[in-house]
Amino acid sequence: MGFDPSYLHRNFTSIGTRPIRPDGIDKVTGRARYGADFNMAGQLVGRILRSPHAHATIRKIDTSKAEKLAGVKAVITAADLPDLTDGDSAMYDILDNCMARKKALYDGHAVAAVAAVDARTAKQALKLVKVDYEVLPHVTDVDEAMKDAAPLLHAGVFTEGVEPRPGKPSNVPKRTQYGHGDVESGFGQADFIVERSFKTEQTHQGYIEPHACVANLSPDGTADLWVCTQGHFVYRQHCAQLLGLDVSKLRVTSSEIGGGFGGKTHVWAEPVALALSRKAGRPVKLVMTRDEVFRASGPTSATSIDVRIGARKDGTIIAAEATLRYSSGAYGGMWAELGAMTAFACYRLENVRTVGYEVLVNRPKTAAYRAPSAPMAAFAVESVVDELAKQIGIDAVEFRIKNAAQEGTRSSYGPIYGPIGIGPTLEAVKNHPHMKAPLGENQGRGMACGFWFNFGGQTCTDLNIGMDGTVSLAVGTVDVGGSRASLSLVAAEELGIDYGQVKAVVADTSSLGYNDMTDGSRGTFSSSMATISAARNAISVLRERAAQMWDIPVDEVAWEKGHAIAKGEKHGNLGRLWLKEIAAASAKTGGPIAGHSELVADGAGVSFATHICDIEVDPETGATKVLRYTVVQDAGKAVHPTYVEGQYQGGAAQGIGWALNEEYIYGKDGRLQNPGFLDYRIPVCSDLPMIETQILEIPNPNHPYGVRGVGETSIVPPLAAIANAVSNAVGVRMTHIPMSPPRILAALETGGKV
Amino acid sequence: MRYIRPLSMEDAVGLIAGSTGTAAILAGGSDLLVRMKGGFIEPDLIVDIKAIEGLSEIRETAEGFSIGAAVSCAVLGENTALQEGWPGVVEAARLIGSKQIQGRCTIVGNLCNASPAADSVPALVVAGAQASIVGPKGRRTAPVETLPVGPGKTSLAKGEIIEAILLANRLPRSGDAYLRFIPRTEMDIAVVSTGVNLRLDEEGVIVGARLALGAAAPTVLLVEDAAEVLIGSKLDEGTLEKLAKVCSGACRPIDDKRGTVEFRRKVAGVLARRAATTAYIRAGGK
Amino acid sequence: MAGVAVSTTINGDNVEYLCQPDETLLEVLRDRLGLTGTKEGCGTGDCGACSIILDSRLVCSCLVLGAEAEGRRVETIEGMAHGERLHPLQQKFLEHAALQCGICTPGFLIAAKDLLAKNPDPTEEEIRFGLAGNLCRCTGYDKIVRAVQDAASVMKAA
Repeated sequence: MGFDPSYLHRNFTSIGTRPIRPDGIDKVTGRARYGADFNMAGQLVGRILRSPHAHATIRKIDTSKAEKLAGVKAVITAADLPDLTDGDSAMYDILDNCMARKKALYDGHAVAAVAAVDARTAKQALKLVKVDYEVLPHVTDVDEAMKDAAPLLHAGVFTEGVEPRPGKPSNVPKRTQYGHGDVESGFGQADFIVERSFKTEQTHQGYIEPHACVANLSPDGTADLWVCTQGHFVYRQHCAQLLGLDVSKLRVTSSEIGGGFGGKTHVWAEPVALALSRKAGRPVKLVMTRDEVFRASGPTSATSIDVRIGARKDGTIIAAEATLRYSSGAYGGMWAELGAMTAFACYRLENVRTVGYEVLVNRPKTAAYRAPSAPMAAFAVESVVDELAKQIGIDAVEFRIKNAAQEGTRSSYGPIYGPIGIGPTLEAVKNHPHMKAPLGENQGRGMACGFWFNFGGQTCTDLNIGMDGTVSLAVGTVDVGGSRASLSLVAAEELGIDYGQVKAVVADTSSLGYNDMTDGSRGTFSSSMATISAARNAISVLRERAAQMWDIPVDEVAWEKGHAIAKGEKHGNLGRLWLKEIAAASAKTGGPIAGHSELVADGAGVSFATHICDIEVDPETGATKVLRYTVVQDAGKAVHPTYVEGQYQGGAAQGIGWALNEEYIYGKDGRLQNPGFLDYRIPVCSDLPMIETQILEIPNPNHPYGVRGVGETSIVPPLAAIANAVSNAVGVRMTHIPMSPPRILAALETGGKV
Repeated sequence: MRYIRPLSMEDAVGLIAGSTGTAAILAGGSDLLVRMKGGFIEPDLIVDIKAIEGLSEIRETAEGFSIGAAVSCAVLGENTALQEGWPGVVEAARLIGSKQIQGRCTIVGNLCNASPAADSVPALVVAGAQASIVGPKGRRTAPVETLPVGPGKTSLAKGEIIEAILLANRLPRSGDAYLRFIPRTEMDIAVVSTGVNLRLDEEGVIVGARLALGAAAPTVLLVEDAAEVLIGSKLDEGTLEKLAKVCSGACRPIDDKRGTVEFRRKVAGVLARRAATTAYIRAGGK
Repeated sequence: MAGVAVSTTINGDNVEYLCQPDETLLEVLRDRLGLTGTKEGCGTGDCGACSIILDSRLVCSCLVLGAEAEGRRVETIEGMAHGERLHPLQQKFLEHAALQCGICTPGFLIAAKDLLAKNPDPTEEEIRFGLAGNLCRCTGYDKIVRAVQDAASVMKAA
């Protein structure tokens, strides 16, 4: 669906307003049902036994004692989840990650599971499962894992993307490369070159709701799964394939979701719960503890990145290159590749090259985390860009404006950009009062840019008009933070009715066609497109019915602001038919009125943001305080501006936490030392200032209203913006994230050479 | 497992002393329930001491204050006489956990949990606080600093329960303060901390001083050398520099997930200087 | 394990239940009494999602035993609105979009209610420190703080 330029000057009635969300009341009264808030009659409690070792061969598992414990109804191991993946290596990884088959590959890797009548019995039963491990040497650090002498996680991994194919296995399943031009000759023309290496530690999405599901698998092969997920259709595909079920016989219902940020795009416990239910012949509820969430869900990559950028005296970047090593946990991924694609996406570059290495380590399988892989790459690149601007003697914002990508620029990852927002966000930042506000002692201001692709994908929506003229909208894209409100606005806009007449719900997998999950900032982008399409289909039915009621040809009926009108002078006396009147007559004019839409929402617009941050550093302790924070981001068109602001603020807050304090800390034994919110330190309310936002609207040419995804980009700039602010406050260049007080103090003591 | 809520100290002591398995005392539960959840302790008996008469009260006596073992830090923090008398103790107690934890946690629990990072302990130690202990052999008092003997270990004998913490009346021209370092602004365990209690003469010269460091050694560290540096001074810049050096030197910290040895050493000195300055001002020094 | 018989008051109603001696009040509320509005985010007192008011004190219900509720007064999110009438904090959370996923919302509302009961006119800093025991991962807290500020002014005017 292309952008309709007439909308540019159109006065929207609903789009751009800020009504209360339809699911709001349930959420402020405690009535909303999340993953763990649902029960089935006769359900059992499931619990998972996890490896305490970072790397170990599983010699034998003895479940006999656990099985004999009164109240235990099923005990399963990998043997109860036979390999049905048929050569699909990505699915095999998911299977092996759900339940270790031959080796435990990280601290927390599932090795067995029980279902029992209550939590106490299940906990007791776990203690009775005896696992005979042969402990193997492990590696958790991304750079260590690349070394020749590193313990190998999988003997059969040979690096892809290298010619000739390596003769030796390694922990690097894949190398990727992006770019264009001649980088070496570019650097030859540079007057200034800055080269630095960076590290970032692993972080977790930190959603407050632990993974939870209730599974019921009947002997006839039908099954129900209630689960908190970002994509119940994807969960259905994966669970059906792993359990050997017919896709259509597994109904997955997505509960309200208590945060995901990419972390609920992947099955972990759900296939296990289904397998337990199959064996026990009863429903099984499985809720992860917080400890399990940290140890055994899907955190982001730890990285090691080298960046080199060269510029001419006049401030033109002439060459840029980066080598990016991203840990992917115990299984391969495409995380370094995404880093390599996004690293230089903000800039117009003649000569650019990025190389990514996926690196296997004895840590949980990496999953997506909000604009996955982009924040680390942006941290490294934007730090060097700032340093280079200083060396040249040019203002950091001006330097970026001079080199910003624009419409027609060939991006560093290949495609030619259409209309984009990087230039406008930089101009807005340049003119923002925040940039001119005074700073005190030990205070510094930093800024940085960020990019994210966004995604569209498969989308299916039903719009049904009730006999009373109200509208129910069934979508299959999970609402992670207000999209039911946005989509109701879209339906109201198209039909010309009040927002209050629309009720949007997230339908289960048996009620609607396939939908991709809520990732890639696609929720509102793709589902609004499908909603527009469904509404327009409904309008054509409404026009047909009006034509019938008037007994005139349908092409003489138009739809305007919630009613049908007969076009032309000859129908002058017909007046108009309101949607409500047409709906009331529907039983006599052909039955229910509905509009459907099945589409692939192509053309998601790329997204850019620029952030400004003021930091104060206590030079005696290395403590930091975020004094002021501003987000400027392109939304294409903000459907519900309040929730757009919310995405900007939430992403920035996550980025701030990542920049300053959040990190996975592994001991020498390969065990995670901080699997809880006490020592995995996400920002608390008193850590943050208000987060100012400025929404820019540069229409996406591939959406009728110009909408772009807005969910992810806001986490990309903060790491670099804060590092640049710290550098400007106390004169040290921080190259290791998080910039925790001990790291800043150490940098201050050694003059930044850490 | 059994849960019992005795009404008298004698019953509580009898239950604990007579228990055969693992017995745990429950006041606020903010450490106990976390340890139970993590499977680190599976008590056979939980003795809830909150119904015992007097244990939930702060009494003002002729000698000073008696803070019952079941007094939550929220209640403690609202006591204006205590705020005036021992602001350092109160601010330390108020730093334990969130508002939610404050509604439950107690300074006796903080002491008996025997974490080297306990917030209230350095403040109590420098205040010269005593623990009133009831056991099978009767009642005794002991200086607070003698209670923790290592991480998670106390000097209490089997059956002994602390019923109250005793604080003397504040002496004229004296003041206390507590400071800790945490990476966030709330919700963290102290990476390193300092309690200071100072007494001045009429000229503002320090005549009495106690300084203790938290999270700097396996147990709270009463730094005698720091007192020596402080006594006789008016807390001039030279004294503060020396104090910082002495405190950094006195640390015997470890590297762990919360901080490094170097960081703890350096920051112990910084906090000592800052806390001493606050205590000095509170004592009326200029 | 022998069950403990407990008689207590929850949101003004007399409630009796039998629980295990090591069962938390959070487990009792959610699993025995069906009061699932109180959420479990961590089970260790670090996130505040299970906040309730126990005899006028804000506590984490994951750190209270079910047995301890004997003879006491428990307030949960389910008791915050009066019939159809939302509490001003609930209304302001909706108006300001102070929730995205909403899992932390019941805990925040309970904590904010306790905060305003003790300090009807808090500064921004007092709100931020007062709510520091409640983690939110979606909003960056901005809209939560604004909603509490707005609710405070409405409640003062009432």
